[in-house]
Amino acid sequence: MTVLLAQDPTLADFGRDPWWLVLGKILFAFVFGLLATLLGVWFERRVVGYMQVRPGPNQVGPFGLLQTLADGLKMAFKEDILPRAADKVVYFFAPVISVVCAVTALSVIPFGPMVSIFGHRTPLQVTDVPVAVLVLLACSSLAVYGVVLGGWASGSTYPLLGGLRSSAQMISYEVAMGLSIVAVFMTAGTMSTSGIVAAQASGTKLSLGGVEVPAPGWYAILLLPSFIIFFIAIVGETNRAPFDLPEAESELVAGFMTEYSSLKFALFMLSEYVAMVTMSAVTTTLFLGGWRAPAPITTVWAGANSGWWPMLWFFGKVLILVFVFVWLRGTLPRLRYDQFMRLGWKVLLPINLTWILILAGLRSIEDWQSRDRLLATAIGAGVLLLATILWPSRQPKPKPTLQEQVDNRPPGSFPLPPLDLQVPPSPRTKRVVAEREPANIAAGSDSREV
Amino acid sequence: MTTQTVLAAAGEVSGGEEVTFWVLAPLALIGAIGMVWARNAVHSALWLVLTMLCLGVFYVLQAGPFIGMVQIIVYTGAIMMLFLFVLMLVGRDASDSLIETLRGQRIAAVVLGLGFAGLIGTGLHRALGGTAGVGLEQANAEGNVQGIARLLFTKYVFAFELTSALLITAAVGAMVLAHIERRREDRMDQVATMKARFRPGNYPGPKPGPGVFATSSSVATPARLPDGRLSERSTPAILPVRELTAEETSPKGTDR
Repeated sequence: MTVLLAQDPTLADFGRDPWWLVLGKILFAFVFGLLATLLGVWFERRVVGYMQVRPGPNQVGPFGLLQTLADGLKMAFKEDILPRAADKVVYFFAPVISVVCAVTALSVIPFGPMVSIFGHRTPLQVTDVPVAVLVLLACSSLAVYGVVLGGWASGSTYPLLGGLRSSAQMISYEVAMGLSIVAVFMTAGTMSTSGIVAAQASGTKLSLGGVEVPAPGWYAILLLPSFIIFFIAIVGETNRAPFDLPEAESELVAGFMTEYSSLKFALFMLSEYVAMVTMSAVTTTLFLGGWRAPAPITTVWAGANSGWWPMLWFFGKVLILVFVFVWLRGTLPRLRYDQFMRLGWKVLLPINLTWILILAGLRSIEDWQSRDRLLATAIGAGVLLLATILWPSRQPKPKPTLQEQVDNRPPGSFPLPPLDLQVPPSPRTKRVVAEREPANIAAGSDSREV
Repeated sequence: MTTQTVLAAAGEVSGGEEVTFWVLAPLALIGAIGMVWARNAVHSALWLVLTMLCLGVFYVLQAGPFIGMVQIIVYTGAIMMLFLFVLMLVGRDASDSLIETLRGQRIAAVVLGLGFAGLIGTGLHRALGGTAGVGLEQANAEGNVQGIARLLFTKYVFAFELTSALLITAAVGAMVLAHIERRREDRMDQVATMKARFRPGNYPGPKPGPGVFATSSSVATPARLPDGRLSERSTPAILPVRELTAEETSPKGTDR
C-alpha cells in the first residue's frame, strides 16, 4: 500500500517541470478537449440514434467516425455573417471566451498519478494549486460571459432574451453546484484536485456502536446527496438536455447563438462539448475517485494504480459519464422554464443546505465518546423526525365531484348537456360489413427496415 | 505551501512574478481608463471586468490564492454579471449625453485626478518603499484557505455573521419589495373574462397582424381595417413611430 500511496502527487510536486514538459501537458489537455469534442459529437449522435432505432451517422469514415470532422470543415467554409447591428468586437470575443473558459478548466484535472516522462518524475496534470476546485468554479462562472455577450452583441432581440435566459439558468445552477462541492471540501479537507483524489484512495473507518465499518472511499457513495445534486447541477450548467432551454431547438431557434454562423458558431458548439467533457472529468475527480481503479480491480491487481494505467480508468469513467449525459438527452423531455427554476432554487438548494448541516453536525461529533455521539445523533434524528411529522402541511382539499363542480358554476355560464346523456347510435352507422378472409401478411424482411 | 508563498514571505520577487506583474498591471490600468472612457455602458462594464480579472491574478501572485479566486468568482462572475443584466435590459443606445453642463469640469477633473493619483502613489511609495512583508509565512503556515477560515471563524466571527445577516436582510427585502402576489379575489373567472371581452367598446376578435393589406412588410406598418382605416392596435407599442420617406412609400416596381 505504501508503494501505491507514493504515486500520489502532492502540491510540492507541481511547478518543477521543465518548460517543454509544461508545454506538452498543456498541449495534451487542449488536444484532449478537441478530440473529445470530435468523438463526443459522433458518440452522441450514434448513441441517440441507437436509442431511437435509427443508424445515426455512418457514411463518412469507419462507423461514421469522421462525420464531425466533415461537419467542422463544412462549417469553416460557410459564410461568416456579421449582422449590421452587431457590436463587432464583443461579437467576436463572445465565442472565444466560451471556448477559453471550457478548455482552461481542464488544466487542473488530474489525469493520472506520478509518471516518468523522459526521465522526469511528474504528475499527469497540467498544474495544481491549493484552490484548484475554485479555479474550476471561476472558469464556469466566467463561461456565462460568453453566453451573455454573444446574446447582447448580436444586436437583435431574440438572442438577447435567449442570452439572459441561459445566463440566469447557468448562474442559478452554479449555486447548487458550488454548495454540493462544499461537502467534498469538508470531507477531504483540501481544495486541490490531486488532494481530493488522494483523499478518496482508501475508505475511512466508521464506528457504529463500537463496530468498525469500512466506508467506501468514493465520495459518490459517501456523499450521495451531494453527488446527485452535483450531477443535476452540471447538466443544467452545461445547458444539456433536459435542461437545454437556452437553445431549445423546437421553441427558440437557437437562443443566444441565433445570429452566429460559420466558425464562430462552431466555437460555441465546441465549447458546449468541451464543457460536457470537462464537467464529466470534474465529477470523476471529485466524486468517482479520479484516476483510481474501481474497487474490485485493485484487490486482484496491485499495479492498477501505478504508471500509465490510471489514465485508462480515468477515461473510462469520463466516457461513462458522457454516456449518461447522452442517455439523459435521449430519454427525458425538456423542462419548462419555471419548472426548471423551481427545481434549482426550491428543491436542490434547500436539500443541499440541509445535507451540509447534517454532515457538519456529524463531523463535529466525530471526536466524542461513542455513547455521547450516539446520544447526539439520536437527539438530532428525533428532532428531525418530530419536525417532519409536526410540520404544518397544507392539507390537499378533496377534489369536488363532477356534480359539485356543475352546481358551483357561476350564473351565466355555458349550458351543459345532462351528465347522464346517452347518445343514441346514428342510423347512418348501420352498415353491412362484408365478410372476407382475414388478411394474413407474414412479417417480412422489410418490417425491420426503419 | 508553494514556492510562490515562500518567496513572497521572504520579500523577494521572482522573475515569473515580475513578468506577470508588468504584463497585467498595464492591462489593469487600460481596463480602468477604458471603463471611464467607454461611451457604451456595456463596454464600460466589460473594461471593469478586465481590471477585476487582473486584480484577481495579482492576489494570487501575492500568495493569496483564495482571495484571488473568490475575487474572480464573486466580483466578475456574479456582481458584474448583475450589472451587465441591468445595462443590457436598459438598452444598448443608453449612452450619456456629451453636453458639458459645468464649464471646464473635464480639465479640472483630469488635473485633480492626476494630482490625487500622484499624491497617493508617492505617499505609498515613500511609506512602504523599503519595507519587507512580515508575517506572511505565519499567516499561511497551515495553508492559505485554512488560515483565512481560522480567522473568519474565531476572531472575526461576529463581524462575519453580522455581514451575512445584513446581506440576507437585503436579499429578503428586495424580494419583498419586488414580489407582487395577486389576491385570490382579484382573479377573474371564465364568466367575468368573457363578459369583459364582449363589453361594448372592446373588440372581441384577435388583433390584426401588422402589415395586413399594407404596402410594406415591416412590423412598423399598421394593418388596414376592412373600412380602410389604419389600425394602430396592430403595431407593437414599443416600436418607435417612423415616418416613411417618399422613396419608401412609392411602388417598388416589383410587380412588373
